[in-house]
Amino acid sequence: MSRLLRLIARDLLRGPRTIDAPPADADAVAQLVARLGERAQACLGRSLRIRVVDAGSCNGCELEIHAVCNPVYDIQRFGIDFVASPRHADVLLVTGPVTTNMAEALQRTYDAMPAPKWVVAMGDCGIDGGCFAGSYAVLNGVHAVIPVDLTIPGCPPSPEKLLAGLLALLDMTATGT
Amino acid sequence: MLGNMTLMEYLGGSREAVAHRPWPRYMLDERGWRDMIHQLAVSDWTLLGLWSDGTEVYVALRDDVGPTTATAVASLFCPDRRFPSLSAVRPSAIRLERALRDLYGLIPVGLTDERPWLDHGRWGMTAPLAMGRGPAPDAPYDYPVLPVEGENLHQIPVGPVHAGIIEPGHFRFTCAGETVVRLEERLGYTHKGIEGLIAGKTIAEAARLAGRISGDSTVAYALAFARAVEAATQAEAPPRAHWLRALMAELERVANHLGDIGGICNDAAFAYMLAQCGTLREQILRASDVCFGHRLMMDRVVPGGVTVDLTREGASTLRSLIADVTKRFKKLANLYDDLPSLQDRTTGTGVVQTALAHRFGVGGVVGRASSRAGDARKVPGYAPYEDLEFDIPVHAEGDVNARVWVRIEEVRASLGLIGQILEQMPGGPLHKPIPTRGGEGMALIEGFRGEILLWVRLSEVGRVVRCHARDPSWFQWPLLEACIEGNIVADFPLCNKSFNCSYSGTDL
Repeated sequence: MSRLLRLIARDLLRGPRTIDAPPADADAVAQLVARLGERAQACLGRSLRIRVVDAGSCNGCELEIHAVCNPVYDIQRFGIDFVASPRHADVLLVTGPVTTNMAEALQRTYDAMPAPKWVVAMGDCGIDGGCFAGSYAVLNGVHAVIPVDLTIPGCPPSPEKLLAGLLALLDMTATGT
Repeated sequence: MLGNMTLMEYLGGSREAVAHRPWPRYMLDERGWRDMIHQLAVSDWTLLGLWSDGTEVYVALRDDVGPTTATAVASLFCPDRRFPSLSAVRPSAIRLERALRDLYGLIPVGLTDERPWLDHGRWGMTAPLAMGRGPAPDAPYDYPVLPVEGENLHQIPVGPVHAGIIEPGHFRFTCAGETVVRLEERLGYTHKGIEGLIAGKTIAEAARLAGRISGDSTVAYALAFARAVEAATQAEAPPRAHWLRALMAELERVANHLGDIGGICNDAAFAYMLAQCGTLREQILRASDVCFGHRLMMDRVVPGGVTVDLTREGASTLRSLIADVTKRFKKLANLYDDLPSLQDRTTGTGVVQTALAHRFGVGGVVGRASSRAGDARKVPGYAPYEDLEFDIPVHAEGDVNARVWVRIEEVRASLGLIGQILEQMPGGPLHKPIPTRGGEGMALIEGFRGEILLWVRLSEVGRVVRCHARDPSWFQWPLLEACIEGNIVADFPLCNKSFNCSYSGTDL
């Protein structure tokens, strides 16, 4: 136990490894203005709860979602966090091209979320199927099943990109613009 | 015919396919295939993979009993769309045969589990990769889980959407109070039809897809695909490319093991380790980005070589990274060793019996924590590992703790390998074009989960006719079902994370 306390003390003296926040993604803001308009409400109080659904990703996007939770990006400092139940979520973050085997589970998760709710399609294959487009087992993007408010391109998008996109969403929904 | 024979003594007399490299493929008739099944019943040959192209079935076997090892493929032409099942003599074949039946419509005769595996009745067709596709089912299939009988049992269904940020799959627990009596997995949710997508693609397009079979193992898969293509076309990547590939592969292994060690401890409610390992992992991904231009190093390994060189500055970045990570990781490993409350959760939890590990021919961390010492970097081995010194950690306990220690020791070994690679890497070109030539090639590559098998057939004009990838998780998933038996439900996340099987890699 003393070893643990020594390590914690050293970390406290060293200071956080967390990096500065990236600016909200300008492309994402433009996308959201077009998409949300007056639908956005100033009701979230800079608090955003996200439910993630992997709709058939290669698991690369999941690695980067985990990364934004690490101490370097520390997404929780912005009031953004991931929740276990869609009932508690404001945002549905979807990865993968949407396989036919996951379409119903995705739809049901979306339906279980209370309004207002937003959908973010993460990664190139979530946007239009990416390199998996055209397969018998794939629906070529999240929009084929549920309405998408924001896309975050990349294969996979870097944690900075993901953070910037989510910060844009947070700003938009909080200010109502 | 039966008796103590080596694999090559047994198969060596059969008709050999012309261009299957680097290991031979023997074309058996149905009688030969049946004899092989009988021989498998009395031999210890490991099943490495079982796949099809729609007209033939292929099985890859390894004989690693005795001083020399041998790898070979046997195939059977199936004009009447049936083949004798291997499932009775190799239980690891069961899910592979179910998947093969779903995709190609070939019937494994003697396979007792009639339920589809990858096909959930949602593709709008059946047998999507067969010459003639089957009709669409009327509705998605019901999936009856295996019956469990006893007093006061209850079921807990979990998934496909899980509470955490992980891939989708369905787990059905049958419990007596807190204790798990049986766990059954249903997977296939992330099936993207990758074998179908790759067929007909150029080698470059196919390499991109191969690198996305399981994103966390993108380097290992890209390497497996590259080596299979190089074997098929008898091409050889330049020496420096081999070393750069190994460098990326070891960085990938360290990054993933760090994530898993942190994740396992977090599932035992020790979040400090997740934060610390997460920070180390992040350092490695950032350095990978700086040196190779992509955090996960996707699309950097290609058939013929690599696409990016390591600069002098990159090498010095990696040197200081390794020094720092080695120093900090040592403290974390000591910390794990120092916390009885943490080890109380991991020790004796989720035991994989050695006998079962052997029956399933399981490799990787799961195998090495249960006395199976295999590692594709040593056997069959590939460049440049014969020039490098490293130990393969093996533990016998088979519990979560053993799987943590295998990972800790593999992180140390890989950090050592990275240091050696940086010291010894030769100069020279990075890439050599792949000749346009037909053929069949296979590769066995050690990813962070274990041995990946990748088989490819190329046409004369240099297109991919068929590509099959067998993730190590195929043989690990069934053992997860077995190891949770008798444990409490609350320890499932711990067991599951200590396996960290790939969903995407097995769903394809």
